[in-house]
This record gives sequence, C-alpha cells and structure tokens, in this order.
Amino acid sequence: MAVNRNFRTCPSTGLVYHEPAEKLIRWNAVAGVVSLLVGGVLALLVTLTRWPAVKLLPPDWFYLVLTAHGLDMLVFWIIFFEIAVLYFAASTLLKCRLATPKVAWVAFWLMIVGAITNNIAVFKGDSSVMFTSYVPMGAHPLFYLGFILFAVGALVACFVFFGTLVVGKAEKTYNGSIPLVTFGAVTAAIIAVFTIAAGAIILIPTFLWSVGLVSHIDSLMYRTVWWAFGHSSQQINVAAHVSVWYAIAAIVFGAKPMSEKVSRGAFVLYILFLQLASAHHLLADPGLTSNWKIFNTSYAMYLAVLASMVHGLTVPGAIEVAQRGKGFNKGLFEWLRKAPWGNPCFSGMFMSLVGFGFLGGISGVMMGTEQLNLIIHNTIYVPGHFHATVVVGTTLAFMALTYFLIPTLFRRELMFPGMAKWQTYVYGLGMMGFSVFMMGAGTLGVPRRHWDMAFSGAALPHEFPGAAYLMMGLMAVSGVLATVGGAMYLVNTVGSVFFGKKIVTPDFKRVPVREGMAPARPPEPAVAPAGHGAIGAGGFVAPGTFVLAMVFLTSFVLYYFVNWKYLSTVWPLK
Amino acid sequence: MSAIEPPAQRVWWKQPLDRVEGTWIVIAFAWCMVMFFMMPYWHVYGKQNLSNEAYRSSPEAFLAKAQAMVDKHTVRTVTEQNIPVVHPVPGADVYLVARLWQWWPVLELEEGQTYRLHIMSTDWLHGFSLQPENINIQVHPGYEHVVTLTPTKEGTYSIICNEYCGINHHTMASKLYVVKPKKS
Repeated sequence: MAVNRNFRTCPSTGLVYHEPAEKLIRWNAVAGVVSLLVGGVLALLVTLTRWPAVKLLPPDWFYLVLTAHGLDMLVFWIIFFEIAVLYFAASTLLKCRLATPKVAWVAFWLMIVGAITNNIAVFKGDSSVMFTSYVPMGAHPLFYLGFILFAVGALVACFVFFGTLVVGKAEKTYNGSIPLVTFGAVTAAIIAVFTIAAGAIILIPTFLWSVGLVSHIDSLMYRTVWWAFGHSSQQINVAAHVSVWYAIAAIVFGAKPMSEKVSRGAFVLYILFLQLASAHHLLADPGLTSNWKIFNTSYAMYLAVLASMVHGLTVPGAIEVAQRGKGFNKGLFEWLRKAPWGNPCFSGMFMSLVGFGFLGGISGVMMGTEQLNLIIHNTIYVPGHFHATVVVGTTLAFMALTYFLIPTLFRRELMFPGMAKWQTYVYGLGMMGFSVFMMGAGTLGVPRRHWDMAFSGAALPHEFPGAAYLMMGLMAVSGVLATVGGAMYLVNTVGSVFFGKKIVTPDFKRVPVREGMAPARPPEPAVAPAGHGAIGAGGFVAPGTFVLAMVFLTSFVLYYFVNWKYLSTVWPLK
Repeated sequence: MSAIEPPAQRVWWKQPLDRVEGTWIVIAFAWCMVMFFMMPYWHVYGKQNLSNEAYRSSPEAFLAKAQAMVDKHTVRTVTEQNIPVVHPVPGADVYLVARLWQWWPVLELEEGQTYRLHIMSTDWLHGFSLQPENINIQVHPGYEHVVTLTPTKEGTYSIICNEYCGINHHTMASKLYVVKPKKS
C-alpha cells in the first residue's frame, strides 16, 4: 500500500507538516469554529433572555436555545478543536506522518454527522433537555444517537492519535522522549478514552430507553455515571488547554519547562485523579454517603487540584525564566512588564491562565467541598464557575493558539491584525466579568437554567433582592461584551482563512519521503543537568511567579474560609 | 529545548527540581490537606451537614404519607388553588412533595424547633432551593431524602425549584413560613 508521505516545512516557524495531517487539522479546526459561531449566536440569545430588563425569548425557545448552546460550545466546538490539537501535537510536533488518515476522515465525518443529528433533534423542539439530559426527562432518540455518533468519532480520532505516536516511535522521527506538549496531549487523549467509555455506558442505555427497549433508568444512577462522562470531558479540556499554554510559552518565548519532571508528573496526576472528581456534582444528592463524597471529591480531587496549581506556577515560571535569560532580569516583574502584551497569542494565553486559576479554580474547589456545595448547588454560581474554566480557560487558550495557526497552518496573513490585538482583551475581560457577576447572583440564590427570576405566573412567587437583579444585568452587559469579542475572533479567523493574503514562499515545495520523515538526528551529547544560571532573586529563578502564586494562594484561602463562615450562618441541617 | 521539542536529556526525570517549584509543591500540598481536613472537621464540629438518610420509595407511598400529614395538620389554605398550609408538631416527620410544577403542601414551622423533613419527587428531577437562606438540595424521584433541619428565624421563606424541569420550571415556587413557637 502506498503511503502518502508528503511533508512541508513552514518557512517562518520551522514546523513540519504532513500533508494529510495538515488537511485534517484544518478541517477539524474549521468544524470547531463553525460550532463556535452557532454556539455564539445562541449564547447571545441566552444572555439577552436572562437579562431581566430585556427577556428576549419565550420559555420554550429559551430552553431550546440553552440546550443547543451547551452542546455546540461545550461539546462540538471544543472537541473538534481538541482533535485538531491532538493531530498537531502528534504529527507536527513529532515530525511524523499521521497514522491512517482515511480512518481519521471516517472519525471526522462521524463527528460531523453526530453533531448535525444532535442539533436537528434539539432544533425540532422536542429535545430541550439541556446538555445533561437528566432522566426521567426524555429527549428524541436522535438526540442521544447524534451524541453517541459524535463520541464514537472522537474516540476513533483518539486512536488515530495514539497510532501516530506509535508510528513516530517506530520510524524514529524524534530523539528521546516526546515533547512536553505532546505529553499533555497524550494526557488529554487518555482521559478522553475513559470519558467516552463512561458516556457510552450511560448514553447507550438512555438511547434504548428513548426508543422503548429499556423500561426504566434510575435518576441517581444516571447522574452518577453521566458525570463520570460530563465532568471528565471538562478535564480533557484542562489537559488540552494546559498543553496549549506550554505550547504558546514555547512558541512566543522559546520557554522550556522549568523541570520536565514536575510538569509531566502534574499531567500524570490528572490521569490518576480527575475521574473521581466528577463526584462533586452529586454532593447535594440523596442516596450517597458522606464518606463516598469526601473521598472522591477531596482526597482524590485535591491531588488533581495540586496538579493544576503546579501548572499554574510552572507555565508562567517557564516564561519568567526565558525572559530573564533574555535580559529582563530587573526586579520582580520586569519580565512580565516587557512581555509582548500586543501579541494576541500571548495576551490570550496569559488571561486564560489567570482567569482559569483565580476565577475558575478557586470557585471550583470551593463549591466542590461537600458542605459548601449546599449553598451553591444549581444556582447560577455554577455556570459562573464553568464559564471561567471552560470559556476563559479553554476557549480563550484555543483562540490564542488560532492566531499562531493561521499563518503557519493555513498559510494566510491575518486580515485584521489590529483587531486581533484587542480581541483577546475584549473577549477575556467580558467573559471574566460575565463569570464573576453570575457567581455574585448565585450567591444571592438565583437559579441556573431558569427562564424568569421573577417567577411570572407562579402562585407563590419568590422575590429576589434588587442586588440579584443588578448582578444579572451586569452579567448580561459583560456577556454582550464577550459576544462582541467572540464576533471579532470569528470575523478575523474566517476572513483570514478565506480571504487573507496568501503567504507564498518562493522555493516552497513539498518533500516526498519514503521511510519516516528524515534521517533521525544523531543523539545529542549527554549534558549534565544544569540550573538556569545567575538569574532571579533570593535563590529562586522565578521569584515574580512565586509572588504571584502566593497572591493566588492568599485569595484562595480567604475566599475558602469566607464561604465556611457564610455556611455557618444558615439553618442547621443534619 | 522548549516544550514543543523533545527534552534535552533523554532521561528527563533526572533533571533536578527548581527550588521555586519544590517550595510551591510543598505549600500547595499542605493547603490541599487543610481543605481535605475541613470536611470531616465540619461533620464533627459544624452544624450544616447534608443528611445521609435516604430511602427507596414510590410516588404512591410517598403521596400517601404526605396526604396523611395534610389531613391531620392543615391550618389554612393559600392562593386560589387552595394549597393546604400544614403546621406539624415540632420534632415531627414532615413531608414535602416535589412535582411538576409545584411544591406540596406549604409548610409552617416553628422557630428553633427541629423537624425531619422528607423530600421526594414523584416525577422528574427537581431542586429544593430555600431562599433567601440559599440551601440547595437535589430532589430525585424514588429517593425519599430525610433532612433534619432547624429554622432559626421567623419569617416568610421561599422554596424554589433550581433543577430544570420543563417549560413551567419558573413557576415552581412555594413558601415556607416560620413562626414563633405557640405558648402552650
């Protein structure tokens, strides 16, 4: 069988692209961006409906649009883009051909068909069951079928990724160990495999139930297994966007990991402990014991939290070391002041890091505490938290990466470079405000997934305080701002990919290669492990980052105990 | 070697830790352990812990118990639908039915008294959300959850549903009255 092994070397970055892989990366990224476009329009509709002063949609449309928004953003946009990242991390970074491109196309089309089927089911109007589709509320069978087809496609794509790693190893396209970013991608893919397995365990019976072949599905069993899928899928995002942080630090600054051992060890902690963390969705449920809840959410979850705190230090730490090495060695923060804040690749990545840690991370751990969950569960605080993790964290990191990918992968110049500079700030700050105000409203008890906080038509309505209405109004204004930032991204990426100035290199050619990519480089001479030389202060190579980490820890500790204090004032329960 | 290239040393785990990393790992791990410790600690010394007591039940059985309580302890009715307001004996078992799209019946409890509140859904998932206290508990069909609670201050509270339960989810709201104990 003839294997297509055409490679090209990107003239500006030196990255090596395998032609079939390149095409797949592009198509998956484009499918992701199209989902983001659909999800973004829906996001605006949701925001304008929850804005008490606007209240745009009637309830049936609101719940339909909210369901579709959750699926298109949280599942289709993110996973399509993640598959692109996986192929990039395997094929491009290892300078290796993609294993079985044909199978990868099958995976792609399965995902497309699944995503479209699922969207059709939702927009038909009889599947407004939300992203979580809790039984016994039922959706149209096509809803589950679309979801399952998409998941099967994603699973196949993960195996194409693993296959590519095997090919790279066998054909010796790189020396020694895989790069850290690829290691992070492996973490994401491993988590994806057991996540999708959990999804299959719950969604296949639910599909059979929806067509009448299974008579009953227990609601608690559903929630328990569904969250093994639903929460773990967010951990794929975490592993993926942390890899993207490392990749951007490497691309923009040439940063190398402070120590490979720590960064890789933290990824391994994700694999080992994240799955258990899904139990924190069940803290307010009957029928599960406190021992079960505490073990799963704390003992195990905090090791995963530890991993995120480690990445939160080592990514900016690596940047600090690289910057100090370049001479920005004055004081604590010269390295940060002199960072390229006008480069959207960096500014997006850095806001993603800060927002994910301060807003998403602290709120997530707080509400994942067994007792504290009582004052948070199912309030709009919860979407406030996950918009900080998944949108500020993952989506913003992916947006930042896009600005790097357009010239190197699509070989087009950015159409509106000036707009790109501002886009990450408009989107990032809008989204951070959106998250914070949702958390504020949630603290005042405003429920999530709720059409009307004024309870119109209820016999015994509840009256929320004015502050809650204010929070929801501010949330909506920030949400509109974020939508503007999202639109700036979409206009720029779609415009550049289709109409941007082509980057033409005079002597560009694709190189056909028979065996592997190129002769393997000779192994480099063993270097004695060395420190980073005379940079930093007080024995620390990255003192600025350490100070930032301590600021983070202080906010974490204060916020955590403020919530305990607040809990101690509510009615005693046991 | 940067993070997108293979590590410089083949055996990368021999590369020593930076001091800043080692210090941070120790601090972060210690904080994780504090957070771990807080949960068991609160079970022993804290007053707000969600009950582990739950029973399998059926809608019929649960409704029958709630009906028996309503028949015995109704003191008045509210709204045009004549929803009964129940004033149970302090310390008693109290039943609250969650169903599309209603909490039934309305409860009137005494300040400072402790009640065993049984909550169950007879149809879909619902969310018990007591406002403005902001106590939130998931309500399942088929799981009778027994929560022991003590209202601390008289007033009119609301119970709203915060688990999406269909088109009229936003109308699923009720009251919970807390009154001063009657002088006997």
